[in-house]
Amino acid sequence: MQAKRSKANLWETLKSKYAIFLVLVVLFVICSLLNKNFLTWNNLTNISRQISVTTILAFGETLLIISGLLDLSNSSVLAFAGTLSVMAYKANGSMLLAILVSIAVAVFCNALNALMTTTFKAPAFIVTLAMQTMARGAALLLTAGQNVYQIGDYTILGQGSVWIIPTPILFMIFFFLVTRYILNDTRFGRSLYAIGGNEAAANASGIAVNKVKTGAYLINGVMVGMAAVLFMSRVNAGLPNGAQGYETEALTTAIIGGTSFTGGIGTAGGTIVGAFIIGFLNNIMNLTSVNSYLQQIIKGLIIALAVIYDIYAKNKRTRKKMGNIEDKQQAA
Amino acid sequence: MQAEIKLEVRDVTKLFPGVKALDHISFQVRRGTTHVLCGENGAGKSTLMKIINGIYTPDEGQILLDGQPVKIQNPIHARSLGISMVFQELSYVPEMTVAENIFLGRWPLDKLHRIDRAEMYRRAQALLDSQGLHYSPYEQLKNLTVSDIQMLEIIKAVSNDPQIVIMDEPTSAITEKETQKLFEMIRKLKEKGACVIYISHKLDEIFQIADEITVLRDGTMVDSKPASELDIDDVIQMMVGRRMENKYPYEEVPKGDVLLDVKNFNSSGVFRDINFHIRAGEIVGFAGLMGAGRTEVVRALFGLDPSDGGTVTIKGSAKTKLSVQGNIADGLVMLSEDRRRYGLVPIRSVMENVSLANLKKFIYKGHLHRREERDAVQEQCQRMNVKTPTLETTVEALSGGNQQKIVLAKWMEVNPDILLMDEPTRGIDVGAKYEIYKLMIELAKSGKALLMVSSELPELLGMCDRIYVLSQGRITGELKRSEFSAEKIMAYAIGTIQD
Repeated sequence: MQAKRSKANLWETLKSKYAIFLVLVVLFVICSLLNKNFLTWNNLTNISRQISVTTILAFGETLLIISGLLDLSNSSVLAFAGTLSVMAYKANGSMLLAILVSIAVAVFCNALNALMTTTFKAPAFIVTLAMQTMARGAALLLTAGQNVYQIGDYTILGQGSVWIIPTPILFMIFFFLVTRYILNDTRFGRSLYAIGGNEAAANASGIAVNKVKTGAYLINGVMVGMAAVLFMSRVNAGLPNGAQGYETEALTTAIIGGTSFTGGIGTAGGTIVGAFIIGFLNNIMNLTSVNSYLQQIIKGLIIALAVIYDIYAKNKRTRKKMGNIEDKQQAA
Repeated sequence: MQAEIKLEVRDVTKLFPGVKALDHISFQVRRGTTHVLCGENGAGKSTLMKIINGIYTPDEGQILLDGQPVKIQNPIHARSLGISMVFQELSYVPEMTVAENIFLGRWPLDKLHRIDRAEMYRRAQALLDSQGLHYSPYEQLKNLTVSDIQMLEIIKAVSNDPQIVIMDEPTSAITEKETQKLFEMIRKLKEKGACVIYISHKLDEIFQIADEITVLRDGTMVDSKPASELDIDDVIQMMVGRRMENKYPYEEVPKGDVLLDVKNFNSSGVFRDINFHIRAGEIVGFAGLMGAGRTEVVRALFGLDPSDGGTVTIKGSAKTKLSVQGNIADGLVMLSEDRRRYGLVPIRSVMENVSLANLKKFIYKGHLHRREERDAVQEQCQRMNVKTPTLETTVEALSGGNQQKIVLAKWMEVNPDILLMDEPTRGIDVGAKYEIYKLMIELAKSGKALLMVSSELPELLGMCDRIYVLSQGRITGELKRSEFSAEKIMAYAIGTIQD
């Protein structure tokens, strides 16, 4: 029945499962050797704080990509929800209300995304692209294109700390745990994998596909809403034009973390590792004064490499499969 | 001078990490003959064919064409050597038309190197006509049935006058009538001096066309003999290494209450007036030709397709709405004929696939209990005799028979009372088939109600207590086991007689 896992097999598993983590460790060591300012408490917390907003977005993105969906609208929805939240705070003075407003707006936008992708079966790419434009427009319309300043104590979440740890990092860790819990420990999480892996089979196995997809968007909405509060409070203003390009950052993070663009594969751990890989790279390039235009080229290259690796790994699996259809039997 | 031996495989060995997939295989294929390759899943047939088609290179040994050793680089090279292959898994472009698919990659070009559409459609029409296929070359592939597409794959493979045609399970998705058409094609190919290497699990049909039979087991050669010197039992014995006492382990099981009762079940334009019932402990068959509506009835019952009208009573309570979730909760499950599409999530693990339909059993107090899940999955896999290296192995890496067992294990985990099984043994080997039959009997004994849809008449006759015959979306006949006869069923299926 069950063949014993050989040593070689175990190494294979380690390699395939933790390859990305090994990359991070190697990168960490290289960065530490390259510049003496890298390995300091201040620098490391700084990196973590910088990546926290996009990483929270990336967790939502991970859930969606795993189930075969996608969100290109999170950056604009963040701007829309964030500015509204700032305005609500200025009018009312309650931080709790400001957070609720932000989350409610983001969840609402994502409910529309869900409605379009489930009821009307429109492709997530197009739907969220439309939402990206609409939400940005809404944010600009709301503020007549002007930034909202003098936001007072709104900055507490983005700039504060608990003991010595900046609050954005705590939120990032919190959402990491939430994502991990969802993916590993809930029926909903397993359903995401099944739907992304084979929607027809998931449906025929009794999974309420549309409900699960809607759920994925709504959870994404909560994450975007919270990220919006953290973002605005960190930049000290309500920026209707803020967070542009964050959707690509979030996607990149998830993809580098091993989330497969074709669905069905990805982990919370991978995404946070992906986030730190990007964070370390950005940081070391700044510390060693790499030209900022060159930095963009390097980042683009890394995305391309991550995707090539994803495809390579998949081909390897299929090649294995072709041999294995016949051969696994004997191994067993 | 043409050598009589067209293709020779000499001492071919293929190693995969940790596994000897093929161990010194040798056989010869003579011009103008059909050479049948038999063996259980995992015997190495497909690996061997992939070597001949240039997808793999052998680690040892040689392939000789017309007595000359050749190194086949890739499938395109193989094609240029006159080797053409019909794959078990279909590959096509759904959005393209029949003609475009037939000439995929070798479209006829005009002087300006544009695709000559008129020429392409003319040639496609001629090809379809010559093979007696009725559909239009302008039809998009996505509108055709699996069996139509399989026939297309076959004519595509023979359309460029190959000298060697490799067919891997060509009949697993086509009807009896089309099978005869295929055999006619094979005969024509042989007359032209081409040779056919034919892989199949359907032993009865092998003997209709085989000139020579080679049997593989666990990557080694068992024997290679003229078909005239063998019979079905010999081949089975060679394949499994022992004589199979009884192909169908049927047992008389005492019948209980009616668990599923279907009255006047309708779906406009698809099927109508479907009336049948299944008792506890009963195995009921659905016979009929391809397109008779068997799969459609089963899918509608399971809630995958819409239906309009009729009463469906499950375990005594009439259902107003059929939904997959509701059915599973009521203990009615369906095994799809297309397990890759509707049964499995190929890129996920054995574990996740088996527990997919019943996760709530392991998720309580706010989290998933992995140990319990693992134990339950392990137990089901043992019961089904699933062969997998680990429970973390992705399902796509397993053989067809094991994949089917995994779908079954998934449903066993739900502990259903009624099982609708659509082609439960399609494309799997003799050993795995037998295990599935045994499981069916075991389930009947424990008081489950089973429905088996099958295109293989012998297995229906061998396994069922009663058979309903469908023709053109209606039930045209019902037979008790004592009345079973293949002729009668065919007559009902064609629609020449009716109850």
